[in-house]
Amino acid sequence: MTSEPAVAQSNSSLAKAGAWARRAPLLPALIFMIIVTQIPFLATVVISFMNWNAYYPNNRGFAGIDNFKTVLTDVDAREAIIVTILLTVGVVVVSLVLGLAIALLLDRKFRGRSVARTLMITPFLIVPVAAALLWKHALYNAQYGLLNGVLKWVFGDGAPQPDWISDHPLISIIVALVWQWTPFMMLILLAGLQSRPMDVVEAAKIDGASGWQIFTNMTLPHLRQYIELSGLLGAIYIVQNFDAVFTITSGGLGTANLPYYIYETFYSAHNYGTASAAGVIVVIGSIIIATFALRTVLSLFREETR
Amino acid sequence: MRVAGGKKRTGVLLTGATWIISVLFVFPVVWMIWTSFHSETDAAANPPKVLSAFSVQGYRSFFGSNPWPPILNSLTASVISTILVLCLALPAAYALSIRPVKKWSDVLFFFLSTKFMPVVAALLPVYLFAEKVHFLDNIWLLIILYTSMNLPIAVWMLRSFLAEIPAEMLEAAQVDGAGLIRTLREIIAPVVMPGIASAALICFIFSWNELLFARVLTGTRAETAPVFLTGFVTSQGLFLAQVCAASFVVSLPVLAAGFAAQDKLVQGLSMGAVR
Repeated sequence: MTSEPAVAQSNSSLAKAGAWARRAPLLPALIFMIIVTQIPFLATVVISFMNWNAYYPNNRGFAGIDNFKTVLTDVDAREAIIVTILLTVGVVVVSLVLGLAIALLLDRKFRGRSVARTLMITPFLIVPVAAALLWKHALYNAQYGLLNGVLKWVFGDGAPQPDWISDHPLISIIVALVWQWTPFMMLILLAGLQSRPMDVVEAAKIDGASGWQIFTNMTLPHLRQYIELSGLLGAIYIVQNFDAVFTITSGGLGTANLPYYIYETFYSAHNYGTASAAGVIVVIGSIIIATFALRTVLSLFREETR
Repeated sequence: MRVAGGKKRTGVLLTGATWIISVLFVFPVVWMIWTSFHSETDAAANPPKVLSAFSVQGYRSFFGSNPWPPILNSLTASVISTILVLCLALPAAYALSIRPVKKWSDVLFFFLSTKFMPVVAALLPVYLFAEKVHFLDNIWLLIILYTSMNLPIAVWMLRSFLAEIPAEMLEAAQVDGAGLIRTLREIIAPVVMPGIASAALICFIFSWNELLFARVLTGTRAETAPVFLTGFVTSQGLFLAQVCAASFVVSLPVLAAGFAAQDKLVQGLSMGAVR
């Protein structure tokens, strides 16, 4: 952070003009963000305290905390909260661990490394809806999906032909999302690995440190920020996941997460009050994640100004 | 010697493992493309027919369903919102890094905090407002929302690229009597160009991929490619080759951009922040 030059303080009107000149480039972005994101959110908060169902226009009015009570006691909503947690934690943890392993493999020097990396990032570059369609129809489908096709290939006509999506709906979604998000985690962690000061690692090797010792004592601490950042970004996006749930199961079979629940409550059931209350609850949940985020972001700033 | 031999063998094993995993990850995409070039009957065969006759039936029926309006809508929304994001984010990032305003970290955190707010929590008021002013099914509504969705990421990325410029360099330019334009062109631009490229790429990908806003706020005129994809399956039943062809075509712009600018993508995703 720069300190104000002493000269500026002697001439306060000039300093004021300077301060505004500095702020000016910031204002368009700031005002735009406040209008487009904060005002709708405030409106959501207001609606969450109202009786408002588009099917009963005469019934509109103040509802107090009824909507929140409805959401928190509704079986579907509670299930949606649990699904959201399972889905987010499952996808983030598995893709983070896989991503770290693959990043370590790709950090080694070998022939065709950039080709292998290109192959690895491909799932991240498929449009999420297309990826969900691919898993649902081309891979999971019980009649002609590739998974059952391979089973038939290997075990002949008597091979088991499970219906993957109806037998394990949530796991099916998690696997498809892990496939999409592992490359994302891998890319950030690989960038972290490649920013490691190699001379220190070389010195440790000469001093006789084993690969495992270098990994736990040097690589992991260096990667901590990157792991936190990728986990955090992944969590922000997966908490909000709509595409995979909507496409693979349409929220059926106990896979409706909060975004899908809100979408249904507002778009199909037209219950604006309940949908808004659920939205406010999601924001509160996100704030809990964001507190972890704040810590990470602050530690990044500290690192930078050091 | 024995130790060195063992090391070499482990190296070969690890390289082998890397290739196997990479191929496994890309395989579903390869399968999608492969299936898209089969006839519908061959595509739905079980066990799968790997070497069946080449057919463009899937592509023919996909393009026969008039996918161009939604693809053009996606292109319009993604490109225009990316340009808007850059126009808003560059000055803001400048004000937050080189000669930063007071409390710059609070401002930056405000930008980031908007990303922690799930879009579903703001969707309903946007919908009601757009309905009231007859702004639904209008591509400009999506452009505005995509801009707000990507602006924080772009500000964050560009700020960290700008922060890389050493203050001494800017001071030296000032001493040399270089004006704002020259400083921008000769000192700031070369450092920030890769940042601009990676921010633009990421904004483009996120806008192109977006489904929820587009699904709720558009109808027939402003429908985007992902919405078209979801409707495409339910309305036509299951035609696997056609679904694979459609998924591949819609993913193609992102695949092409991502492959062409891989290093930018890596830089962008690490957000230039943790270096």
